[in-house]
Amino acid sequence: MAFELTPERLAIFEELLPKYPTKQALTIPLLHICQEQQGHITDEVIGYVAKKLSLSTADVKGVVTFYTLFQQKPVGRNVVWVCRTLSCELMGARDITRSLEKKLGCHVGETSADGEFTLLEAECLAACGGGPMIQLNDEYFENLTPEKLDAIIEGARRKKDGRCAVTFSPIGIRARKEL
Amino acid sequence: MPVENPRILTKNYDTPNSWTIAAYEASGGYQALRKAIAMGPAAIREEVKAANLRGRGGAGFAAGVKWSFLKTRTDMPSYIAVNADEGEPGTFKDRTLMEKDPHRCVEGFIIAAYALDVHTVYCYVRGELVLSIKRLEQAVREARAKGYLGDRVLDQDFKLDIVVHSGAGAYICGEETSLLNSLEGLRGEPRLKPPFPAVVGAFGAPTIVNNLETLATVPTIVEMGGDAFSKLSRLHHIKDGGVRLYGVSGHVNRPGVYEAPVGITLRELIDDLGGGVRTGHTIKAVIPGGSSTPVLRESDTVHAPDEKHPLHAWHGKSHLDVPMGVDTMRGLGTMLGTCCAIVMDDTTSMVRAAENLMVFYAHESCGQCTPCREGCAWMAKLCHKFADGTATQVDLDTLTDVANNIMGNTICALGDGAAMPMLGILKLFRNEFEAAIGKPAPHLGVRAA
Ligand SMILES: Cc1cc2nc3c(=O)[nH]c(=O)nc-3n(C[C@H](O)[C@H](O)[C@H](O)COP(=O)(O)O)c2cc1C
Ligand code: SF4
Ligand code: FES
Repeated sequence: MAFELTPERLAIFEELLPKYPTKQALTIPLLHICQEQQGHITDEVIGYVAKKLSLSTADVKGVVTFYTLFQQKPVGRNVVWVCRTLSCELMGARDITRSLEKKLGCHVGETSADGEFTLLEAECLAACGGGPMIQLNDEYFENLTPEKLDAIIEGARRKKDGRCAVTFSPIGIRARKEL
Repeated sequence: MPVENPRILTKNYDTPNSWTIAAYEASGGYQALRKAIAMGPAAIREEVKAANLRGRGGAGFAAGVKWSFLKTRTDMPSYIAVNADEGEPGTFKDRTLMEKDPHRCVEGFIIAAYALDVHTVYCYVRGELVLSIKRLEQAVREARAKGYLGDRVLDQDFKLDIVVHSGAGAYICGEETSLLNSLEGLRGEPRLKPPFPAVVGAFGAPTIVNNLETLATVPTIVEMGGDAFSKLSRLHHIKDGGVRLYGVSGHVNRPGVYEAPVGITLRELIDDLGGGVRTGHTIKAVIPGGSSTPVLRESDTVHAPDEKHPLHAWHGKSHLDVPMGVDTMRGLGTMLGTCCAIVMDDTTSMVRAAENLMVFYAHESCGQCTPCREGCAWMAKLCHKFADGTATQVDLDTLTDVANNIMGNTICALGDGAAMPMLGILKLFRNEFEAAIGKPAPHLGVRAA
């Protein structure tokens, strides 16, 4: 099925376009906007971005595969990133990962059976003073303990207001609407 | 000497809604911009030189000197690319500026652009920092509505736009030429230097790349005057001026971001600001400024009997009692880096710490240079072996060799930034690697019984 951006999202792209001297510079912003709509980067998205920016699909694919925030396969309704890097590991990140694996019933790199959560490891998320920490969709949770995690995960499970990975993007409608 | 508490960069951190233009203007915000315009571009550049403002991104290059390298051309524009990619492990200071005082950042960008005759500023923020991006974008919109940005900034014949650009998760994009490639829509692979960005930067045009904190400091320099700002530092006499943000994380009682003069000691950072190493423990090792900076020990002392030695004043003192400056830390064989320290107490296995960091570098190497791509992966693999107790004596020599073979053989500084901390740990804690032969090392984050 061909991919098209919704008019509201297309408007964000069109507003950004004149801010750069080349169309190619829009590659990452446009991929973010598309991922917000589609949830992950499909071949159709790559084709769409290539066409919009007059690039080859190889150019776009090269970018998609370079950056960790671009999901190349479907993810759960929520994405949990656990910081595994030194400051966090010193403060117990391993315990956090282990208890998340237990709670969600899946390993790092996998999605829970009910499709609610994808569990991923992140490198230092610039919140080292609050380690151990996770990023749940677009929100940071710091100074975690396995107990605090329970409430956070249950909260995300109950929330059905669209605060989910599909609408997580640094550029996009959500980022613009909520402040 | 108690640590001074200047509250300049962090002045607004505790103000309610500190990120709004109303709060910023109420505390005197955007007055520095008015003053800067009255001074004119050349005078601003002189003040920044006099401020001895050393880049806050890691390398510590003098901002005023860097600005003088901008090779303006008549056939194309010049740009400023702000580096807000904050990805160096242990570093979490720029995020506080973006979240709590985005208008200070914006005002700094505007003054810098005015001083350098730049009409577009790209602020490259790491993609994970959604709140930072939102706050900066809102600040830009508010500033535009007030006439601080747009076709005629404050009714002057000066046009400026700030574009907040999101990255997409790659540590290497903090390296300045990788950042430029990423901004252009390419894979974030660093470029060979020269040419330097000030000559050929973003979109082939001359570009100044500065760290976000470096530029957020500029309004204060304009406000106070460069010399007065520089003298806030304890290292003004060696041209390392002003105040800056410090971070401290790991095994301390009060981890966090703190503002202090340049040149406080690691001990002051840990004890006075960070509340001391966690209760009941002693310090084993401190990474002074982000994971790429080699580790220091409390028990090592400065050996500089020669009066001409730059560290002579601290001869005989512990490494933790040397002021944190760009040149003083270099004198100790490490680096000031991002000025965000990671503290490890006596429970820490340095084998595991090395393993954690080498996994990071192996994941983040962009893969262009063989010594870095293969070397980082190899160092991670060897560290795994020491961590799980399967390493042999030969592996210890190999680990040293691999690290040495990366040094100086790569396009960008990531390779050295991985090899140096590895060699540093091997030098100071070789005994732990030897002890780990045939015996798994204890995990991090688990308190010793
Ligand atoms: C691998 C690597 C990662 C870097 N990451 C950052 C970063 O996240 N933020 C930053 O400001 N500088 C980073 N730097 C330093 C930049 O290359 C550059 O020196 C700096 O942005 C210049 O700004 P300054 O002179 O104001 O410090 C990094 C360098 C390397 C080699
Ligand atoms: S040193 Fe490493 S990160 Fe830097 S360009 Fe080479 S391979 Fe890439
Ligand atoms: S090490 Fe986890 S946020 Fe920096």
